[in-house]
Amino acid sequence: MKINIKRDSVVCYEVEAKKQTLLEALNEIKITQDGSLAYNSGCRSSVCGSCAVRVNGREVLACSYHVQDGDFVEPLNNTPVIRDLVVDMDKAYGFNAKAKAYQSSITSSVLLSHEDEKLNEVQSNCILCGSCYSACPVYAVNSEFLGPFSLTRVLRYVSDKRETNKKEKIDNIQINGVWDCTLCNACTLVCPQGISSKADIEKLRARSAMFGYMDPSFSNFGGGISF
Amino acid sequence: MKSVIIIGAGGAGLVAALSAKESGAKVTVITKEYPTRSQTCMAQGGINAVLSEDGGDSIEIHVQNTLKSAAGLADENAVRYMCQEAPHAVAWLDSIGVGFSRTNESRIAQRKLGGAYAPRACYAQDYTGLKILHTLYDRCLAEGIEILNERYLLEFLTCKDAQEKIFVYGVSVLNKRSGEVQTYEAQSVIVATGGYSRIYHNYSTNSSSSTGDGIATALRAGVKASDLEFVQFHPTALKNSSILISESARGAGGYILNSKGERFVNELLPRDEVSKAIDDEIAKGEDIFLDIRHLGLEFIEKELPQEAKLAKLYENIDPARELIPIKPAAHYTMGGIDVDENSSTCIAGLYAVGECANHRVHGANRLGGNSLLELVVFGRQVGKNAAEHAKSSDENLDLQEQITEIKEYTNEINFYEKQKFLGDLFYKNVGIKRDKTALQNVLNEVQEIRNILPKMGLDDKTKIYNTNLIEFLEFKNMLELAELIIISAINRQESRGAHFRVDFPAADNEKFKAHSIIDKNGAICYED
Ligand SMILES: Cc1cc2nc3c(=O)[nH]c(=O)nc-3n(C[C@H](O)[C@H](O)[C@H](O)COP(=O)(O)OP(=O)(O)OC[C@H]3O[C@@H](n4cnc5c(N)ncnc54)[C@H](O)[C@@H]3O)c2cc1C
Ligand code: SF4
Ligand code: SF4
Ligand code: FES
Repeated sequence: MKINIKRDSVVCYEVEAKKQTLLEALNEIKITQDGSLAYNSGCRSSVCGSCAVRVNGREVLACSYHVQDGDFVEPLNNTPVIRDLVVDMDKAYGFNAKAKAYQSSITSSVLLSHEDEKLNEVQSNCILCGSCYSACPVYAVNSEFLGPFSLTRVLRYVSDKRETNKKEKIDNIQINGVWDCTLCNACTLVCPQGISSKADIEKLRARSAMFGYMDPSFSNFGGGISF
Repeated sequence: MKSVIIIGAGGAGLVAALSAKESGAKVTVITKEYPTRSQTCMAQGGINAVLSEDGGDSIEIHVQNTLKSAAGLADENAVRYMCQEAPHAVAWLDSIGVGFSRTNESRIAQRKLGGAYAPRACYAQDYTGLKILHTLYDRCLAEGIEILNERYLLEFLTCKDAQEKIFVYGVSVLNKRSGEVQTYEAQSVIVATGGYSRIYHNYSTNSSSSTGDGIATALRAGVKASDLEFVQFHPTALKNSSILISESARGAGGYILNSKGERFVNELLPRDEVSKAIDDEIAKGEDIFLDIRHLGLEFIEKELPQEAKLAKLYENIDPARELIPIKPAAHYTMGGIDVDENSSTCIAGLYAVGECANHRVHGANRLGGNSLLELVVFGRQVGKNAAEHAKSSDENLDLQEQITEIKEYTNEINFYEKQKFLGDLFYKNVGIKRDKTALQNVLNEVQEIRNILPKMGLDDKTKIYNTNLIEFLEFKNMLELAELIIISAINRQESRGAHFRVDFPAADNEKFKAHSIIDKNGAICYED
């Protein structure tokens, strides 16, 4: 079967017609046809987040997508392409630091229950593959948007009992943060870990409201709207 | 400012970074990937610690279980230190926000792994390594630690002081993105580059980055490695992809069958024994399967969802209705850079930690759940020691930059084919069972491959993100290590733990209850 890969130009490769993952097909090309093809991988089991690419316009993990005849493979969006399918994630990952997506301080002896554990279990399953970031339309208008995975990570920490300064976390995501999201849900549809950053952002908005923040697009309506 | 460089951003590297920072050093972490892509994310089982002695478990039993599994080859003091520190290590992970699973009594949940007397492995659902690694990464961001991504370690920069004592003063790395060689200088350097199971290529459960780079590079700089012949094989890896099917499938009552549908081994025996039994069957021409059908769809969906997903994806089978084809695969490398009780190598200022180091706590066979533990306990210790060393060092670092030349080899032979060939050779002859003639033959083969290296080389001579070049450099490191592993295996004329010699099937405590220490030239000696 044939697959098309976007390099400097689009290159068509012939790979063995069998049921295999895209990563296996890329390895086959690299080993037997063209050693210069660049892509990343690590775990082969959907947990290291190295191998996200776009196939026919949709973000997938190369190690968990079964390749089909005629597939069109491209690098992720919204990130500078270094070469072939490899993108530079430094800026994207940098949003985690900007969003302060970490526990404010070290806290000992906080007892967590089974229910507490479940509060952010899903959010902490994120593998930082960047698929959501690539799918998010907001970057076209605001390249400083903190973005889906970083905001999910903020929710992961503010919903944790061990976080002692929730207000600081919420203060920090008001600009280029929760209100810039259009709630379009594109991030949810591509996440391999079943995370909905959209839903997480809605939860962060609700928490922001509890700290007295509101949607800046409302406050433009001549003031006076109070809830 | 006095600085510490850490090569590797897996669990070991990030713990060391946090600890060195806490001890007041300027810290730079360098990785050939990005931190969260390190192999540590793949660990599912858990991290061992005796959190309470109520249920009959104790730190002493943890020590004894570890020593038993090590088959006489671990350093009891080091093991005792690790097991005593274990509860503090887990408490520390908890304090920085790791999402451990909890019991109904609001305690950290623990499960029983092979070789453990009691449920002792703390876990975070099926994502223990992922959650530990990501939380460590987040903590590093909180502390403002500098992390340089996608830089590949080339060499450790060393020098001799006035007393002819060799010391490290930095590293040279290849910036994968620009293709430029860069040097970074520091008073202390910590190696945390992971293990070398990828020598077994298609027969390894590991991430493709576990190519033993740090060990080979440190050997070139003059350190010694130890116990390289000890490689743990996991009995249940998927047949095509070598992806791990965790022990829980056997623990829950899964059967191991041959092509005739017969059970031939007690599935609950230790990993090396099950692997050996499977290897015997494969030698007879049998295919081997894991059977979890009788556990029922509901159980599989609830308790083994990852396993079911991977079996579908890679073997195209539904484990609720079909047999899962499996084989044993190289999983963990016990040997590594030889370090003392301070995690220090014989080069001043050069330290090692994690799977690339040998702290002599695993001996001839690692206990499941002890490697995540090792990297937290010794990571905390090594960061502090390296920071102290950096502060006390008055070495003048204003040395000339070294630029390493990467030779232009011709590309007559495809090295990827040789890499696969090496993996096949290793699996067959330096794997679960070994004997002198076969080992000697592989040694000759490896030396032959090294001789023709100049005929291999690159398809791709460009600079920007040349993965062809990186993979070639990794292959060279693996070849260097391969030779030393075989020499270690030939010289150990006995069977112990993960090292089984068909021609010497018994342990020989008189001669070999000792660590094998090897240098880059293959000179070997034994040390208690
Ligand atoms: C599938 C699987 C399951 C496991 N389950 C468990 C478990 O349940 N419990 C347990 O205790 N252990 C488990 N282990 C073992 C454990 O995960 C590893 O031993 C441990 O994670 C190793 O951590 P590390 O920090 O030493 O190395 P790694 O996590 O491998 O990190 C190595 C780092 O070094 C970097 N690096 C390597 N070479 C270079 C170079 N040339 N230049 C620059 N950087 C470099 C890499 O990029 C990476 O950042 C498991 C292992 C596997 C494969
Ligand atoms: S939220 Fe999902 S899509 Fe986004 S980085 Fe994490 S795992 Fe990937
Ligand atoms: S829901 Fe928000 S974060 Fe998600 S893709 Fe749409 S705009 Fe981006
Ligand atoms: S290779 Fe790790 S997620 Fe695909």
